[in-house]
Amino acid sequence: MTTTSTRTVVTAAARGRRRSRAAAPPARPGLKRKTLRETLAGYAFLLPWLVGFLGLTVGPMAYSLYLSFTSYNLFTDPRWIGLGNYVRMFTDDPQFVQSATITLVYVIVGTPVKLAAALAVAMLLNYRDGGATFFRSAFYAPSLIGASVSVAIVWRAMFNTDGPVDTTLSLFGIELGGWVGNVDLVVPMMILLAVWQFGGTMVIFLAGLKQVPKELYEAAEVDGAGPFRRFRAVTVPMLSPVIFFNLLLELIGAFQVFASAYIISNGSGGPAGMTNFITLYLYKRGFSDGQFGYAAAIAWIVLVAVGVLAFVLFRTQRSWVHYAGEDR
Amino acid sequence: MTATALITTGQQPPRRRLTRRTSQTIVWFVALTAITLVVIYPLVWLLLSTFKPNAEFGQNPGLLPWAPTIDNYLKVVEGIAGVPLWRFYANSLILAVSAVIGTVLSSALAAYAFARVRFRGLGVLFTAMIGTLLLPFHVVIIPQYIWFQKLGLVDTFVPLILPKFLATEAFFVFLIVQFIRNIPRDMDEAARIDGAGHARIFWSIILPLVKPALITCAIFTFIWTWNDFLGPLLYLNSPENYPLPIALRLYNDQTSTSDYGATVTASFVALVPVLLFFIVFQRFLVDGVATQGLKG
Repeated sequence: MTTTSTRTVVTAAARGRRRSRAAAPPARPGLKRKTLRETLAGYAFLLPWLVGFLGLTVGPMAYSLYLSFTSYNLFTDPRWIGLGNYVRMFTDDPQFVQSATITLVYVIVGTPVKLAAALAVAMLLNYRDGGATFFRSAFYAPSLIGASVSVAIVWRAMFNTDGPVDTTLSLFGIELGGWVGNVDLVVPMMILLAVWQFGGTMVIFLAGLKQVPKELYEAAEVDGAGPFRRFRAVTVPMLSPVIFFNLLLELIGAFQVFASAYIISNGSGGPAGMTNFITLYLYKRGFSDGQFGYAAAIAWIVLVAVGVLAFVLFRTQRSWVHYAGEDR
Repeated sequence: MTATALITTGQQPPRRRLTRRTSQTIVWFVALTAITLVVIYPLVWLLLSTFKPNAEFGQNPGLLPWAPTIDNYLKVVEGIAGVPLWRFYANSLILAVSAVIGTVLSSALAAYAFARVRFRGLGVLFTAMIGTLLLPFHVVIIPQYIWFQKLGLVDTFVPLILPKFLATEAFFVFLIVQFIRNIPRDMDEAARIDGAGHARIFWSIILPLVKPALITCAIFTFIWTWNDFLGPLLYLNSPENYPLPIALRLYNDQTSTSDYGATVTASFVALVPVLLFFIVFQRFLVDGVATQGLKG
């Protein structure tokens, strides 16, 4: 079995549907009571999750949608202003436009770079079996601690004026004078921080690579395929479900970058708004300025953007994602 | 070509001459070592910089302190804003341990229902649960904050702990569901025939068998909660309630005095438990993610 989780999710949902239909009560009273008991048991087990789902996900989503059409500061009642927040966002708020732009750059540039790094290193690790365990763990560590405040502080120190990175580059005659305060370099620096945490993605790629049958490579080699051709014709199609899964989760994760941007800019989003990623901007608008209606509208724009990206990915997957057990 | 051989997934080419193999292995090893150095460097720099005196930071960006001292540690242990360091540690620990208990319990309960109970609405609810995996948190934090505010629970641990007891991390529910699906159903059937109900089967049969998945969930929950920044930043506003990440911000904000040594040292002290966790449980972490997520 080489199906991946995304696949499993889809089939599992379908199986659940089938199963629940199959559990429709037949015309025997004894069985009917049994079905009812099953249902009650199911909901009993699901109770904590259901409460959380309705009270902390569905309810808040509906409420924030309502708030996004209002002006609300937590102290007076929400005032209905229709599409006012959305209009203001796109016509009268250069900060939002900048914030959305740098977030998209971060997502669209950072994610592929991170995935490419993760895949390249996974392939390196997969090349020989012996000794890879140590390396695998060493590469994995940053992805676990990467989201922490500590790492953001270190990162800022590393890239600061006269920091280790600058000093190293000046040995090669490159004088940048620090990344943290530089408008052009601060987004690349944030992307590098994301790439540095490639370990989690790498581990999933590695598990996928281990499941690619060796015979395929041998057959390709017999047919005269060179290494690049083998990568394109064997590795990529065989790994495509894993690539899809990683791509989806990484894209959504990248939209939510917050702690590192907050720490590196001391909560300001500077220099010149270049680390004012969308979560940080939402935080400042809502929780610092008390414009909760406006912040809710920003949140919904994020949701729409993530939804569109996910939709596009799911639509294109037919043409490039190849699941085991399917004919092409 | 050694380089090109590395480009495919590194299947060993059949029957190459030994010398060629050896040189390839050397290239492979050197490449990985180089990547390791780059990846680990910031962490090593952090560790060694805790021994640098404050005056040294501007002039010495290198790894080794010129005049090693433990002054930074003495300063950090005293704490900041009138709160001693152990208090921040205790807060972090309370939050992380509560989160672990809540997440493991509630996720296991939900996962059992999704994987083993047949009831109406299962398919729809399961799809909804997976849907929350893809939901950006932005759309829920504002209302959640407003409601907890109205309930007078801001500046308590409740908003940070309560959601954990309600299985809000779909990723973990899914992980355990996958694990339960790989357990043969004969076990349950046999217990059924002997007259055991769901509660009994869950508690005596399934839970012991899914222990590896539960441990994976526990470790991740601990580390994520320990590092969580946005939650405590929103809900906690008195320093005596701060967990470590927010306490670090206090050091970080003091740009006027720029106590660099203390900032770096506090960062390291905050990371120590996570690093220890990682060293002890690394097998669970790496294999847990890799195998659980990919089993069909």
